[in-house]
Amino acid sequence: MRRRVRLSAVAAVTAAVGGVVPAALPASAASGGTIKVVYQVQGGDPALTNLVKTAAAEFAKQYPGWTVNLSPITSPAENDYYTKLDLMNQSSSTAPDVMYEDTFLVNSDVAAGYLAPLNQYLSKWSGWKSFSPAAQAAGKGANGDIYGVSMGTDTRGLIYNKQILAKAGIPVPWHPKTWADVIKAAAAIKAKEPGVYPINVYGGTGEGEGSTMQGFEMFLYGTNNWLFDSKTAKWEKAGAGFQAALTQYQTIYAKQNLGVPVQTALGSQTWQVVQQSYLPAGKLGIDLDGSWVPGTWLPTGPKPWPTWTKTLGITAMPTQNGQGPGHVSMSGGWLMSVGSKSKNKQMAFNYITIALNMKNSLYYDINASQIAARTDVANAPSYKAQGYGAATFSSFVPFTHFRPAFAAYPKLSTEIQLITGQVMTGQKTPAQAVAEYNQYLVQTVGAKNVENAPA
Amino acid sequence: MLITATGRRRKSTVPVMRWLAPLSPALLIMLLFFAGPVLWSVYIAFTNKALTGVGAQHAKWVGFSNFVHLLSDPLFVHSLLLTVLFVLGSAVVGQNTLGFLIALLERGKSRFFVATLNTFIIGAWVMPEIVAGFTWYAYLYQGGVLDTWLSHIGLSQDWLYTAPMLAVIIANIWRGTAFSMLVYSAGLSDLPGELLEAAQVDGANQLSMLRRVIIPLMRRSIVTNLMLITLQTLGDFTLIFVMTAGGPGEASQTTPLYIYQQALQLYNISYGTAISLVLLLVGAAFSIVYMKMVKVQEEVA
Repeated sequence: MRRRVRLSAVAAVTAAVGGVVPAALPASAASGGTIKVVYQVQGGDPALTNLVKTAAAEFAKQYPGWTVNLSPITSPAENDYYTKLDLMNQSSSTAPDVMYEDTFLVNSDVAAGYLAPLNQYLSKWSGWKSFSPAAQAAGKGANGDIYGVSMGTDTRGLIYNKQILAKAGIPVPWHPKTWADVIKAAAAIKAKEPGVYPINVYGGTGEGEGSTMQGFEMFLYGTNNWLFDSKTAKWEKAGAGFQAALTQYQTIYAKQNLGVPVQTALGSQTWQVVQQSYLPAGKLGIDLDGSWVPGTWLPTGPKPWPTWTKTLGITAMPTQNGQGPGHVSMSGGWLMSVGSKSKNKQMAFNYITIALNMKNSLYYDINASQIAARTDVANAPSYKAQGYGAATFSSFVPFTHFRPAFAAYPKLSTEIQLITGQVMTGQKTPAQAVAEYNQYLVQTVGAKNVENAPA
Repeated sequence: MLITATGRRRKSTVPVMRWLAPLSPALLIMLLFFAGPVLWSVYIAFTNKALTGVGAQHAKWVGFSNFVHLLSDPLFVHSLLLTVLFVLGSAVVGQNTLGFLIALLERGKSRFFVATLNTFIIGAWVMPEIVAGFTWYAYLYQGGVLDTWLSHIGLSQDWLYTAPMLAVIIANIWRGTAFSMLVYSAGLSDLPGELLEAAQVDGANQLSMLRRVIIPLMRRSIVTNLMLITLQTLGDFTLIFVMTAGGPGEASQTTPLYIYQQALQLYNISYGTAISLVLLLVGAAFSIVYMKMVKVQEEVA
């Protein structure tokens, strides 16, 4: 399963509805009305839908006269969801009150004027103190204001099939130290087990942001050539590290044929096929993927598989040559945000406080396999009892990276998806793709905001 | 006198009102829903309007910079070449020739034969484009219907991946031939029978009949048909999007798909709009060529 949900509450304020209103409620609540919550539905993943519905029922109970208009955007492809949400946000007649927002889009959407700052509401919410400092910062804009409440975060790493690796002669539990170890294991699987796809690394536009983050950046941030240099506040040109990361795509897809079939890999359903079919069926050796994946196999998930820990192991992604901290992970996560065009921002925020209270956060974090944003959730017995998957992916937090949260990032990300796809099909060499990225980078952010790649 | 006078006065105002009054609802709708968006898109092409980021909130006038950028955008040039290939291959050569041939062969055949054949051909045409796209996808994808058949004789194909332009051109010929066939059937049935008979009496064989009598007489139908199918094919999005999504990579990314990618996947609404204006010019260029062709032929005739 992939994490994507958006709550867009476009509240068209309808007629005032009388009702018994407790005295403590904010003034705007007195009149009654509707808030619109926009979220994403994809691939039979029920956790977000359940969360949004539960919160809507509780909201209606707590605020008589108010109703929630749940407005799901059904889209298997992440980018389609962003686009549709952006289009909704263009006009105040369609813009949501509450929306499910990807953290990496915060600054871009703030610059676009889509999101409302929440500081004044957060300061009065007792629940906010339960969010860890890192989780509180997840929705922080470039101007320091907070634009969303974190629903949980995630990490990324390698999920591997123990039997397949053992058969290929790779000792398990597996702890690859370099990229070469990973490629070597995939090549060994290919040599020994013809019916098995050795490795899955997401790439191409079909997988959207997943290609950039689960795929390319998991390599790139294991080099010293990152996308953005926070010390100089400049975007880094693509250099040797960038090209090395692309070369892995070339090796896996275009040269050694170690991946899933390119036709499948370039589609928008790869994640679904990988998580719900290839991994459970024992058809895939290694999957470079995210911490939410085991949620697919929960009894409530789209593909229940109670004994998955017997078959699968999880290990950290190594850096290129084992340098630095030795391992690499990327973290993102989703927020619930209030739309700037909302006419009932206080009520929209009240909805969020219900959706992300301790009880509902706990439900969501367990069922969507999220790393908890609230400390009270992280300490809850049922959260701790999740065992191997959650514990291992949480252990990647010390060496994880966050994406550069600037308005240009979404465009650069899409460009990365394009060039990974071109390298996978063999249409471009890594060197050609590097040249194309650098040209696009300068054109997108301006030459003065770009620096040369580190040597 | 008085009556005549008023009558006369009225007469001067009536002509305008006579056509304006009944037309005004339609005109209003056209202005609102056709001219409005067209003008808006022309305006947007000269700004930095985007779906997210700064350009979404405060779009700025940027003059011709979108168009200047177009000239040095290799992906745009690539997409335009593919579009021309798609139009020439699937419409001008494929649908046009095949439609003409079928119309010609159906002449004088039994009504039952013609009706049966037309049911199949027109069936492909009335099918919603997205359904046609999925049908062809199911037929051509690796492990699909065609592949399964071929596997019985030890062959295999993966054209959506190895020859995506060929695949979408074939699919579009399949889908669109009916239109040309209908235009030409109508045109052929209007041909004066005595002229054909006279040609036959003069000893013209089939080929020279076609070349010297039928085609010259049909030139207006041919130009009309070419113009209509060219404009239809130029803007075609659904069929290609469903079959290959422009891929693999950019191997079948015609200009409409590139517009979609720029506007709705890279969030550059203004750039996408600028490209669509250029596509409009390409359509106009094709039209002018066709118009010239009919003129030249008429002068020759």
